[in-house]
Formats: sequence, structure tokens, C-alpha cells
Amino acid sequence: MSQSPTRLSSSTRTQILPSSISQVGTVTKYELVNYFRSRRFFVLLVIGVIISALLTVLVGYYRPADFMSSSLKFYYNWFGGSVTFIIILSGIFYGGDAISGEFQNKTGYFLVANPLRRSAIYIGKWLGALIASMIMLAVFTAIAIGNGVYYFGLSIPYQLWVSVLFGLLYLIAVLGFTFFFSSLFKSSSISILVTAILFLFAFMLIQTLVEGLVKIEPWFLITYGAQIITNTLIDPYPTTSTQGFGPNVFTSYATTIPEGIAILSAYFLITAVLGLLIFERREFT
Amino acid sequence: MNSPSIEAVNLSKRYGSFPALSNLNLKIEGSKCVGFLGPNGAGKTTTLKIFTDMIRASEGRALINGIEVHPNKKKALESAGALIESPEIYPSLTPREALSMVAELRGLPKGERRKTIEDAVAEVKMEEWLDKKVGKFSKGMKQRINIAAALLSDPEVVLLDEPTTGLDPRGMAEVRDIVKSLKKRNRLIFMSSHLLNEVQDICDEVAMIDHGKLLVYDTLSNVTTRFSKDSGNVIEIEFLRDIDYQSVNKNIASLANVNSAERIDSRRVRIKFSGGAPIQERLLSDIVTMKIGMISFHSPTSALEDTYLNLIKDTL
Ligand SMILES: Nc1ncnc2c1ncn2[C@@H]1O[C@H](COP(=O)(O)OP(=O)(O)OP(=O)(O)O)[C@@H](O)[C@H]1O
Ligand SMILES: [Mg+2]
Repeated sequence: MSQSPTRLSSSTRTQILPSSISQVGTVTKYELVNYFRSRRFFVLLVIGVIISALLTVLVGYYRPADFMSSSLKFYYNWFGGSVTFIIILSGIFYGGDAISGEFQNKTGYFLVANPLRRSAIYIGKWLGALIASMIMLAVFTAIAIGNGVYYFGLSIPYQLWVSVLFGLLYLIAVLGFTFFFSSLFKSSSISILVTAILFLFAFMLIQTLVEGLVKIEPWFLITYGAQIITNTLIDPYPTTSTQGFGPNVFTSYATTIPEGIAILSAYFLITAVLGLLIFERREFT
Repeated sequence: MNSPSIEAVNLSKRYGSFPALSNLNLKIEGSKCVGFLGPNGAGKTTTLKIFTDMIRASEGRALINGIEVHPNKKKALESAGALIESPEIYPSLTPREALSMVAELRGLPKGERRKTIEDAVAEVKMEEWLDKKVGKFSKGMKQRINIAAALLSDPEVVLLDEPTTGLDPRGMAEVRDIVKSLKKRNRLIFMSSHLLNEVQDICDEVAMIDHGKLLVYDTLSNVTTRFSKDSGNVIEIEFLRDIDYQSVNKNIASLANVNSAERIDSRRVRIKFSGGAPIQERLLSDIVTMKIGMISFHSPTSALEDTYLNLIKDTL
């Protein structure tokens, strides 16, 4: 750091306030330190490892035909079958009380009276949660690939990488959403509970109702956008199809890739902006 | 360059329709310690929170070194350190890590960080705990770390909200010494407190607030001479045995220069007198010679306490 003569202080120390971007980096760094030492991080990692271990054992023992028919089918069943759950779990664990916890535990008061923008705190914490969740996603993906290589060799279908990328996009959207929700509440447990109910039940329920009863495409649901993660692993890529006749007609909607990307990006952008605005205005009373 | 300053201009804060702070106008400038006094719920914390942008004023402006805190929080707080309402530190961090975070956020030069942190922790007597997790600390230990964090970047303006709450007597004395040393280094300290002797000991000026309104802001000596109705000449006497009204009235109240003598309880009497220390000396020897069982003779309340009790009549 250079010696600055422009410092207004009469003190002998020279200090120049870091840019907001580097302050974001600082917040992220200590957020991660805190995560890595927290029980929550390890519980989540253990859950991810247990799910992977169960799959490894079950697939190894029963060799289900559906898994074994092709490497794409293998990844569809393994990765496509559980990755959204892993992502939702990370989103709930890391994002569910990210902001509300700062109020409830009064840890936010330690940072907020320092010379940094509120948005730097929000974004820094968000990035910390993203990195911690990505570790989880990486572990899960690595174990899936390890098994895939064992059965099918090193020829990993390109669709898996696309699916992982979409998974990342979904993770980003989920964390945007959970951060936004957590900034609405002042209690950790309530905000975790609400986000958990939303992602584990409510969205699915609404999707079923909308598709089955109202018979429209549920384009407004984040979980509908997330279908591109699994759809990508199907060859050929599924399309919206109608079955049955007359009053019993049933349409099964398939999210196209552009739709899915648009839905997930929109969820992220809108919730990120709203969450930031709310946090900027929240009072540390 | 400029001396440090904080200024409130028509500062108001309402919670719903409740006015927590009404039209505060206060300009504090220069290197000094200003005590911020007032009963519970007076609006002290509210004021300090507006100055650190933790809450938004309903009206008016808060400035630190001439820079408006909202919306220029980052710039305004660059030269300010604050400790408001005992924040919590991430329990899994150590003081060294928590303070490193503050040091990085405030742009302390990398090469100086380690020493600055160690010095700050030593100043609050927490060296032994530097690398232990904060989660297991007692309230007072956390408060010491919070004080270290507020002062870490050696800010020009220091805003403290009841900084000695939770500290043991030695801790309180240490914090008083820290604040005194800050004054010597051209710092402005604005500190809320309920401990009047603490304020009298370390502050040069006092601002008193009640029901969200500023009652007075002046130097300590001006405030006490203006508002203390007894002008300081009060003495409290304690007796070994119960004392009756008669001996109080007849023997003590009739002494020369005594304006009044009232029984506080069965063994204590408060005397108001006119004249200075020589009169006080004479009164003491007079009462001793009465042999009515006096065991102590002292100033009952500080001048500041007297002023406070005169200005602030009702609680809440
Ligand atoms: N979030 C809030 N909602 C409603 N009223 C509030 C809120 N925070 C504070 N108040 C009210 O504002 C007033 C001033 O509170 P403040 O905390 O500033 O008092 P204080 O002078 O710091 O008191 P103390 O000495 O007890 O710390 C109080 O009457 C309080 O009830
Ligand atoms: Mg207070």
C-alpha cells in the first residue's frame, strides 16, 4: 500500500479505504472462514457424501438396468436425480438465514458501523454462500463422475457438463432467492423454515396444480426453469407433449433451454435487486 | 488540517408516530470528550445509530467531519470508529481474525496490521485470548474486543454507546484511561453513558437529552454551575446510631453558614451550606466536637449528578 499524503487525519498512520470490490472480497473471505468452522458446513457436506455413498452402494449392488443402459442414462439417473435436491439444500442452509441471522445474532452490528457499503456486506456474504455451496456441488459431481468412469470409462457425455453449468445457474438463482427471503425476516429459524417449505414443497405443489388443473405452462416457477438440468441429460431433449383425449387431456410441459436460462436468470436478477434494496433500507434498530 | 467534528442538523427520528428524537441540533468540534447523557429511552442510541447509518433519520442531517452520513456512509465513516449496543462477533472467529477483517475493510496497510491488532488487543488487556474463539467469551470480554475494533484504525471521531457496560471495575477504569489517552491525540469522542462519575472524570463537555430533545450542551463546569441548584455545597453525614430530628434541627441546622439540614434516613443527614472549603472544614470539626456519633462526612453526589437530577425530573 502506498503512502498517501491526501489522508485527512492528523494521525501518523496512512490508510486508504479499499475499493468496494475489495471490501466485498474481505467480507467473502471471513464469511468462508466462518462457514468452514461451522457445524452447518460439515453437516451439509456429510449429507451430500451420504447421498452419494448410498447411490454408490445401491447402484453397485443392484446394477439397475436403467442406470446401466448408457452413460448418459447413468448420469441422468444419478446426477439429474439428486442434484436439484443438493442445490436446494445448500440454498436453504447457506442462504436461508444469511441476512436474518445477522440481525438475530447481532453479528451484523459488528460490520455495519464500518466504512463500507451495505451492498458490499450483502454481496460479500452472497459470494461466500455461493462458494461454500459450489464446494458441495463439486463434491457431489465428482463422486457421480467417479462412479460413471468406473462403469463407462472416461467418455463422459458432454450433456453432463452442460447440466452441471445449468446446476450452477440454478444454484445462483436459488441463493439469490433465499438471500432475498432472508432479508425479509428478523428471525433465523423462520426464514430458514419459509425457504425450506417453499423449495421442498410449495413450488412443486404449485407446479403440479398449475400444470394439472389450470393447464398452463408454469413458466413463472423457479423449479420449472430448473428442469433444464435434468432435461439436458435426456436424448433427445424432451418437448412439451399432450396425451389423452377430451377432458382427460394431459399436457406434460418441458422447459426448453432458452426458457430455462431465462427463468433462472430472471429469478436471480429480480431477487438480487430486491434483496439488495431491502437490505439497504433495513434498520439496525 | 481540520479538527474533527460531528454535527446534527434538525435531526429527527420517528418510529411510527413516536418521536424517538426530535429536532436535534448539535455541533461538536475539536479534540475533546463529550458525554451524552439522558434517561433510558431518551434517544441516545438512536442518535448514535443515525450517525453510523444503522438507522435512517426521518428528517435532518448527520455529518461527520462535514460529510453527510447518509448517503455517503463509506466516506463519512472513514474517519470514525463506533461501538454501538454491543454487537456480536462471529463465534467461530478469533479476536485476531475479527480484527483482521476490520483492518482489511478499513485499509490498514498490510505490513502494519499484525502489530496494530496486537497492540489494540493489548490495550484492552485481552492478549491471552487473541487466538481463542470469540464464541466462548464472556460479555465483558466481547465488549473489550468490540472496543479494540472501534479504535483499531485510530479514528479521528469515536462514537461510543455505553462502552463500559458489562466491564468489570478494572475494565471500566482501563476504558477511561483509553479514552483519556485518545483525547491527548486530537480525537473527538462522543460517548453515551449512565455513569455520571465516569463522564465527570473523562469528559470535557456534556450534552443532555430527554424524550428525544436536547436539554443542554455545554462544558462540564458551565453545566454544573448553571443547573446545579446547590452550587456544589452539599455534604452528607453518616452516624453510628440513629439520630433524631431534634438533634438535627437544634445542633446541626443552627450552625453558622448552614442553610439547611435534612434527614435522609435514620442515620444520614444532608447539609447544605454556603461558603467554600474553609467553611466545610469548620463544619466538620464542629460536628465532631458534638460527639453525636458521626462516622463519615463526604460529598454525597457529584455536581454532575445534582445537575442531572435537576434537569431530568421524571423517568420515562
Ligand atoms: N425499533 C424501534 N421501534 C420503536 N421504537 C423504538 C425502536 N427503537 C427505539 N425505540 C424508541 O426510541 C426511544 C429512544 O430509544 P434509544 O434506544 O435511543 O434510547 P437510549 O437513550 O439509548 O436509552 P438507554 O439509556 O436505555 O439505552 C425509546 O423510547 C424507544 O422505545
Ligand atoms: Mg441506549
